[in-house]
Amino acid sequence: MTINGLDNINPALIALLIPVLILQVALILLAAFDLLREDRRVRGNSKAMWAVIIVFVNLIGPILYFLIGREDGPVDTTPGPGAMPGWGSPHDPPIIAPLLPESAPDAVRAALEAPRAVALPDGPPAIVVERLVRRYPGGVLALDGLELSVPAGSVFGLLGPNGAGKTTCLRLLAGLTRPTAGRATVAGLDPAVDPLGVRGRLGYLEQDPRAYPWMTGREQLRLVGQLHGLGGPVLETAIDDVLGRVSLRDAADRRAGAYSGGMRQRLGIAGALVHRPPVVILDEPVSALDPEGRRDVLGLIASLRGETTVLFSSHVLGDVERICDRVAILDHGRLVVEGAIDELLDRYAQPVWRVEAEPGEDLALSQLADRLRLVPWVTAAVAEHGLLTVAVSDTGVASRELLPAVAASGVAVVSVARARPTLEDVFLRLTGDEGAAA
Amino acid sequence: MTGFTVLLRKELTESWRTRRLPLLAIMFVLVGLISPLTAKFLPDILKAALGDQISGIPLPQADATAAVAQLQKNLGQLGALAAIVLAMGAVAGELDKGTAALVLGQPVSRSSFLTAKLVAIGIVLAISTGLAMIVAWIYTAVLFEALPVGGWIALLALSWLGLFVYAALTLWASAATGSTMAAAGLGFVALIALSLAAVVPTLDRLLPSGLAAPASMLATGATDGLDPAKLATAVAGSVVIVAAAAVGAVAAFRRREL
Repeated sequence: MTINGLDNINPALIALLIPVLILQVALILLAAFDLLREDRRVRGNSKAMWAVIIVFVNLIGPILYFLIGREDGPVDTTPGPGAMPGWGSPHDPPIIAPLLPESAPDAVRAALEAPRAVALPDGPPAIVVERLVRRYPGGVLALDGLELSVPAGSVFGLLGPNGAGKTTCLRLLAGLTRPTAGRATVAGLDPAVDPLGVRGRLGYLEQDPRAYPWMTGREQLRLVGQLHGLGGPVLETAIDDVLGRVSLRDAADRRAGAYSGGMRQRLGIAGALVHRPPVVILDEPVSALDPEGRRDVLGLIASLRGETTVLFSSHVLGDVERICDRVAILDHGRLVVEGAIDELLDRYAQPVWRVEAEPGEDLALSQLADRLRLVPWVTAAVAEHGLLTVAVSDTGVASRELLPAVAASGVAVVSVARARPTLEDVFLRLTGDEGAAA
Repeated sequence: MTGFTVLLRKELTESWRTRRLPLLAIMFVLVGLISPLTAKFLPDILKAALGDQISGIPLPQADATAAVAQLQKNLGQLGALAAIVLAMGAVAGELDKGTAALVLGQPVSRSSFLTAKLVAIGIVLAISTGLAMIVAWIYTAVLFEALPVGGWIALLALSWLGLFVYAALTLWASAATGSTMAAAGLGFVALIALSLAAVVPTLDRLLPSGLAAPASMLATGATDGLDPAKLATAVAGSVVIVAAAAVGAVAAFRRREL
């Protein structure tokens, strides 16, 4: 080989350059391959910083810039079953599945079905919150002397309008943040004093749960199980079991970076259950699910009653009403009310009548509502979308006088019926919030 | 430390799956290949490029010592930047993506979380630096002469320690600020500050920069001028910086809201 001015160089030495060239060509091919699979969702900030290094190295700069700039590696771009971002698929199979695979060895089955070493004592509540205060830097008071008691084995719903302090409360109970004052116990331990002990007895689902995009769903559950000290066939069987319970078996070996929001939520729920904790805390566990997925997950939560204590927050009041034994309503960081749902309905829900009008009767219905608001035994009357809702203070009087009043108004009516009060009625009355209880 | 082993395995798997480890290793191997070649060809390239203009200007020697010096220079610069980049998003990135809460919602201490990251970065740097040293030793042996293997092992260990200091300081910044870019900035500030401090001879004895000269002597076998005391203080100083950064990172991270 002859290079201008380098004639005296032993040509054999040039052979030493071959590995350098091979590595650079390999990097070019890798870059091309990676760029074809590029997914912007997994790019990270460090790309820019890697660029500085690449410029420094300069020979292989443009190639490594794209290669090393990727924080999370290639993503499985196989379309997941989720039909829309943030929603599970309506085509997902039913969620409740047999608890253990038929093929599970007897020893594994026995280990999984045996009571866990940490069992909740009979009698005392699983979760107790006493005068809990949390003030964030900047002065925002998220919790203001919150008091709460969650009975062992119950399914307990936490409700409240936006900013009521629900998520702060749940994070405090999981030991992820510290209280400014007051104390709490979870399964007998104080999360501020022994956060590791609490988390060992806890399954916790964050609002908007995240996943490592480079891991498969099964690997993520394995990581969680191992962090709880599980391993071997017991863990593998537990993973298979819980994947079945949340209907993720088919997607279990796909990278979580390709999961929809609903699938991530199912994976997060599976992670909260894989180690069979005595207490489960779920922050908005069904918020990203479609109606079918929500029904299935609610069924799963309900099935834990008596076996595990479940505390969960939700902005869908109907969901809470369907599966909870007890609920607590928070507002401005304080407990507004807590109790069994029937008890709250009896105590706080006012009797309600609903008048359904024929189409085109909206104006007449609205005028009727205006007149009814002036009647002493009517506490509220709202006409909306052809439906008049009348809350009354005296059911006896209302039973006698409402129908004649409607008839006298001349509104063409489809039906007049006394409606069962709902948790939403209680919620709106106690929080004075016309919006959703997010 | 609760969960340390599980988390270390996870960090190393992540380094492999996200290609950080293989690509960093390739970069370092390229540096290991190019450094002795540069030492060999640089005088000829300068002669070819400058011709008669070069008369009177001393050209660098093309020998094994130059190959070691070239390797140290390239690894010292590229490696320090790589160490900063590896560590800057280690904590801040997980906080930003929400995956820190996923892990720390399990029975895992924050010290385990951080220590696993620091050790994993150390392992990635050690593998990459080790591969660079292996290929550089082979190329140096082919192009010049075979140097003592024991000396190169010392060169590897000291080079790795020097890089690990910047990784530890950047990890501290990442845990304290929760921002990838702020951590990178502070890592660069630390790099510049330590380089400037090394100008003072008494400080140089205590800083990672004090590792370079003894490492070069050990690698080339020219140990006559080696000052063991200076080497010992530089090693101790670097270890103290790493330990202080690790303790500082844990203290800062314990106060951090997730």
